[in-house]
Amino acid sequence: MIFIQQMINGLQIGSIYAVIALGYTMVYGIIKLINFAHGEVMMMGAYFAFLAASAGMPVWAVFLISMVGSALLGMAIERVAYKPLREAPRISALITAIGMSLFLQNLALVIFKADPKVMPRIIPTTPINIGSIQISNITIITFTVSVVFMILLTFFISKTKPGKAMRAVSEDKEAATLMGINANSTITLTFAIGSALAALGGILYALAYTQVAPTLGVLPGLKAFVAAVLGGIGIIPGAMIGGFILGFVETFAKAYISGRWADAIVFGILILVLSVKPTGILGKNVREKV
Amino acid sequence: MDFNNKKNYLFNLGAVIIFFVILKLLMNGNVINRYYQGIIVFICINIIVAGSLNLTLGFLGQLALGHAGFMAVGAYSSALLSIYLRSLELPVIMHLGTALLFGGLISGIIGYLIGLPALRLRGDYLAIITLGFGEIIRVVINNLKFTGGAQGLSGIPKIANFTNAYWIAVVVLAFLYALIRSRHGRAIISIREDEIAAEAVGIDTVKYKALGFTISAFFAGIGGGLFAHYMAYLDPSIFNFMKSVEIVVIVVLGGMGSLTGTILASAVLTSLPELLRNFSEYRLLIYSFVLVVMMIFRPQGIFGTAEFSLKNLMSSPKGFMKKMKRDASGDDLNGGGK
Repeated sequence: MIFIQQMINGLQIGSIYAVIALGYTMVYGIIKLINFAHGEVMMMGAYFAFLAASAGMPVWAVFLISMVGSALLGMAIERVAYKPLREAPRISALITAIGMSLFLQNLALVIFKADPKVMPRIIPTTPINIGSIQISNITIITFTVSVVFMILLTFFISKTKPGKAMRAVSEDKEAATLMGINANSTITLTFAIGSALAALGGILYALAYTQVAPTLGVLPGLKAFVAAVLGGIGIIPGAMIGGFILGFVETFAKAYISGRWADAIVFGILILVLSVKPTGILGKNVREKV
Repeated sequence: MDFNNKKNYLFNLGAVIIFFVILKLLMNGNVINRYYQGIIVFICINIIVAGSLNLTLGFLGQLALGHAGFMAVGAYSSALLSIYLRSLELPVIMHLGTALLFGGLISGIIGYLIGLPALRLRGDYLAIITLGFGEIIRVVINNLKFTGGAQGLSGIPKIANFTNAYWIAVVVLAFLYALIRSRHGRAIISIREDEIAAEAVGIDTVKYKALGFTISAFFAGIGGGLFAHYMAYLDPSIFNFMKSVEIVVIVVLGGMGSLTGTILASAVLTSLPELLRNFSEYRLLIYSFVLVVMMIFRPQGIFGTAEFSLKNLMSSPKGFMKKMKRDASGDDLNGGGK
């Protein structure tokens, strides 16, 4: 019974990681940049939701405001910080991403102060009993909402024109530009979608843990990144698989090994993956061209 | 040429000694009080750690985000040995030297083991793996019994002071300077310039990347050990991700590939927050802002790859400024990879 209960917990946290990991992987796929600020966009999304919910808005408006707000934030970050560095050495872009992450975190610290805020219960919690297993409705909502958005994203990327443009740009930016695709706006769109998904993860995370703080994005952000690497960075289904695997590993480590060692185990997996199969579960080996 | 170099070294050694004597006299005369003396020791520690990171970030062209983790390894292992050594009542130099070397060695070995899987690959893997390592090491220290756990480790002999911190920093810098001008150093720099080309001319890139990173971890461990012996108390939360980022900021600001730039940036960035205590709330906000702006407008840092040299300044101030300008503009710094 405990096993099934833990399984369900893992599914909840895993779906949050998966949603955040999607943003990492999409951005990496298109401009080969580890967007360290992604976790902070998630944190900002949670704060947007907190502000909207505190103003007494309905649930759908809270989600909408947070996701649109974060999408705009993501686009702004891309335009201001990353776009000027597109032709620069990768290490410069990487350092900028870290700078951006720190900047947002400390901006939140100055604006919202360090003490955690209690997230209003926009969705009343009701436990659902199935046999001897108790599931919170938040768990079910988290899982359902994440899966719906993952399906929407998969459909968007494989079937719609902007989605195809996105795949084309990540395949070969120069060739895509020659085919008449506007690479810059496609990259901006990728940041917008990734950031909106991060905000979704942020809201679901804040609902699960009922509080919002400026450091909220750090650990889930890092773990979602591990999930993206685990699944194969740059590969969208990989991020989903990686997210769920990481969610399971973390909850089982907490339940059966030790809560205090869980984080070390999660990052240990990262090191293990990189030493055994650095391209991740779904990754293929790519030959390097000179 | 050889004679000139020798004269040059003697000249620099003289300058270092004179600077030391001046500082020491000011301290004895209490012009520099204990508080400022502490800041100077922290500057020396930061010079060692940031100098070591510069080897990875500036000369090897790889981003490492776990230097606080290596500091922690060095700090804890040297502190634990030092507590054990106390009963032997060794002279201070031997006691501190053994403890620091031990801390550095452990840190270097772990650096080698952590770095090797990432350095076999190209790209950002070192950043990822060191970041993960930094998080792991904190959890490990927090949960082990013999490290004192979250309460911290106390009872470390307080044997580090200005004098030994200063001279250790000088030795570390001299070693790094000699290394990057040696054959091995040129191999390391060639990897930064173009890894594929370096491999094509027969440089064992994996070996040199591992060598550079291991030395970098070794000195970060020495810096951590010095920190432990100056503070006499260790708390795992000191060595968090922010600490690693602060070290990266020092290196980037001073100039990736300039040791003198690192010295200058260490001095400025260590003393500024102490002097501007009132703005501590905005410190990291400003750091991060500077980092982003720096990368967009002056990615090579203040000094670029230029080195400040007293001898050149003395012999021809004009030519010196010209050379500094040329190197600092970063014409020869194309960074790691594409």
